[in-house]
Amino acid sequence: MDARTVDQRNSEARAAETRNSEARVFERRIFDELREIVGPRGLITSREELHTYECDGLTNFRVLPRAVLLPDSTEQVQRIVRVCHREKIPFVARGSGTGLSGGALPVENGIVISLTRMNKILEVDFANARAVVEPGVINLDVTNRVAERQYFYAPDPSSQSVCSIGGNVAENSGGAHCLKYGFTTTHVLGLELVLAEGSLAHLGGKVLDRPGYDLMGVFVGSEGTLGIATKITLRIVKRPECVQTLLAAFPSTNEAGAAVSDMIAAGMLPAAIEMMDNLAIQAAEAAVHANYPNCGALLLVELDGPVAEVAALMAHVDEICRDNKAWEIRVAQSDAERALVWKGRKAAFAAMGRISPNYIVQDGVIPRTELPNVMREIVRLSTEAGLRVANVFHAGDGNLHPLVLYDRRIPGQEEAAEILSNRILELCIAAGGSITGEHGVGEDKKKMMPKMYSEPDLQTMQRVRCAFDPMQLSNPSKIFPRPRLCGEKPGEYVAHPLETAGMAERF
Amino acid sequence: MDASVSSKLSDKSTFETDVRGIVTPKYVRAASASDAVAGVQPSFVVEPGSERELAKVLKLAYGAGLAVIPRGGGTKLEWGNRPARADVILSTARLNRVIEHPWADLTVSVEAGCTLAKLQETVAKHRQRLALDTLWAERATVGGVLSTNDSGALRLRFGSLRDLVIGVTVSLTDGTVASSGGKVVKNVAGYDLPKLLTGALGTLAVITRAIFRLHPLPKETRTISCVTSNSAEAQQLVHELQNSKLAQSALQICWGAGIQPRVDVLFEGTEAGLAAQVQQAKAMLGAAPVRDAGRDVWDARQEVCSAAKSSGEFAVAKFATLPAELAETLEMIAGLCSGELRWSVVVQATGIGWVRLKGAVGKIDSVLRQLRANLEGREGSLVLAHRIAGTSELDAWGDAGDALPLMRAVKGQFDPLGTLNPGRFVGGI
Repeated sequence: MDARTVDQRNSEARAAETRNSEARVFERRIFDELREIVGPRGLITSREELHTYECDGLTNFRVLPRAVLLPDSTEQVQRIVRVCHREKIPFVARGSGTGLSGGALPVENGIVISLTRMNKILEVDFANARAVVEPGVINLDVTNRVAERQYFYAPDPSSQSVCSIGGNVAENSGGAHCLKYGFTTTHVLGLELVLAEGSLAHLGGKVLDRPGYDLMGVFVGSEGTLGIATKITLRIVKRPECVQTLLAAFPSTNEAGAAVSDMIAAGMLPAAIEMMDNLAIQAAEAAVHANYPNCGALLLVELDGPVAEVAALMAHVDEICRDNKAWEIRVAQSDAERALVWKGRKAAFAAMGRISPNYIVQDGVIPRTELPNVMREIVRLSTEAGLRVANVFHAGDGNLHPLVLYDRRIPGQEEAAEILSNRILELCIAAGGSITGEHGVGEDKKKMMPKMYSEPDLQTMQRVRCAFDPMQLSNPSKIFPRPRLCGEKPGEYVAHPLETAGMAERF
Repeated sequence: MDASVSSKLSDKSTFETDVRGIVTPKYVRAASASDAVAGVQPSFVVEPGSERELAKVLKLAYGAGLAVIPRGGGTKLEWGNRPARADVILSTARLNRVIEHPWADLTVSVEAGCTLAKLQETVAKHRQRLALDTLWAERATVGGVLSTNDSGALRLRFGSLRDLVIGVTVSLTDGTVASSGGKVVKNVAGYDLPKLLTGALGTLAVITRAIFRLHPLPKETRTISCVTSNSAEAQQLVHELQNSKLAQSALQICWGAGIQPRVDVLFEGTEAGLAAQVQQAKAMLGAAPVRDAGRDVWDARQEVCSAAKSSGEFAVAKFATLPAELAETLEMIAGLCSGELRWSVVVQATGIGWVRLKGAVGKIDSVLRQLRANLEGREGSLVLAHRIAGTSELDAWGDAGDALPLMRAVKGQFDPLGTLNPGRFVGGI
């Protein structure tokens, strides 16, 4: 080895050491600044604690964030975001972490801003039927808070006892009752936002139709890519005079589906129409003993409204179910009976654990009338793949939740399950539907977006992104498979500080 | 002639030649005085026959630096501010088909130039409706109604356009044709551009197609009306109905100079359900004289607006207030107008209302300014729809708050040269 090579090596080693020490200095400087903002208990940097935040409800993607921050005020969120903006550090806002598409998955070398400490219901205004809440407030807590005056908060995702309103806003969450009551976007009337460069913007408010673009309509469901909502004005709804839930057992999903079509054709708009197939029923029974009849398909129909109206419509629903070969019909009248009927449905996803070691929860939408065709295809694909598929539907609006069952221990099954699950989404697209009805695109379905939308469609959506967050720091790399270059001159290369510091590389 | 003027003229004549090539000469004509928008005279009226043609025309205008005013039925063309420039009226008159009505899916896909009346007629064949009562449905088009976010009394039960539109196809100024949303009601894939385009007054893109969710036509409807002695009593009745477990589809207060405030309630549903609800409502309204009324009371909003269109002697503004502050707002209007202006108001339980004023121009101007200041102080707004001849340049929109820079940024991304409806929207957008 000649002296020159040794020299060169030494100099390379010194350079690497300098880069590492620069990175450490950088890290320390930024962490010190962030700690100053949120206090020592508001900053998590230890590896073992960070593991809690490496994924959301979709556990097959995992990324360790560099730090997690737990702000307790809008002002703290602003200060954190300003640091991120200045240092070009990507950030991901997180609520309860129950999302099912990887929307709260941390990004490489980014930080997570957890909003769980911002969990106050700031105001309840019964006279105007509004509630103002912080993003970390749990969905069901809103209803609990307004229940004494006979109000409720309508969007009810199955995770409503743990999911946060901020997360609901990001995902535009639905739930069983959105058939009649609409989605999160229907019930959000105002937002206070921290934008990607740290400034505040107020969209909408307690009063309807604020002049200007409906940016709130775009923000709700933007999956954290347009900024962070720090205050949310919600509509609350008066409880209906009565609620009745009918449970009907059909020979198969075809008859149950036909009954749904007949109800729609008869001009009814039930509060909810849910369907479960035999496998889903078996799982629910094993898990929570909901006392469901063992049948090919089960329909849950909930009607609400004034007593006389519900009575008239329920008689009609009963008749339609019988005409479509329902062989058992029960009507739950009391709250306790209704709760039991719903228990099996709400537990359906988790219940799969009773009948299969592993499963994938899928979320697709089809025009309601395509149900028989799509079901037939799902059965065919499932047979072909040699994997079982349980089906839970929000049947009224064509939202399918096929659950693909598999065993990770058997080599190749996980891959086969993923392929089958994607094939089902392709069926939904081919039927004129959507790749997601309520779980979001997140990390999970980015690759499916070009199958549903053309490139100009996706580029047009991203113009909004460029207006809100030209540096693409707020939950980057989600929703869109290819980011749009923002600004007049594409291509100006700005090195990431971590890259400069030698901690990260770009390709 | 200075150089910029002559180059402008040559741009226009090149545009005219090229646009004839796209839509054929039959569908390009010189604009007449009746095509003027708030007194600004455009040069051409172009009527493309397809989405593609429309996109090409738009791109051509953009390339020539011309300002484009998209136009449907032209019923609300005077809404918003006076355009800063107007060269081309881009008419959707020929894009007037109902593309598809898969009735069992309760959706409809329709071209932007289709009138609301034609749309409703088509879907009514299967006893369905777009649950939206717009102004002037005979002439108003889907694109215009979406762009102005027009909604009426049914909003209480069914929401406004943002709750009913599930997909749009648009043309951007650079000729991009893009779709967002789709044919299914439940869909969270990608950004919700249908909502962004709704109420954007055609300043971001030209809507060429929309998909809506539909509702069944009600089996039966009943309207009851109740004349009250003052606005506080009217507010009280509205509050009681809203706070009850009745499920009214619409609820409004009509009031004006020289008449007493009247509360109208609409129930929709089965015969049995309606009978019970009407009986309960009547009991609740108690001492006040309640009568069964015809559907025509729901034309009140259109009556308020139509007079302004036909005579030009009226100013009309839309206002928004808190639902619990209807009486306060009504009293303010009555007080400000007192003795000097003729006025009439219709306000819905949602807090959205319409006010019409007649009288001295200066007084109208000052009343509108005071009303706006008061409403904006209480989170509300006042948007001018119809101006009176000779009114000062009162901004149509009022304050858009701290989101205005963001709105400008969105405009910049969609329409960087300000080709579409320049100057007509909030903050001079």
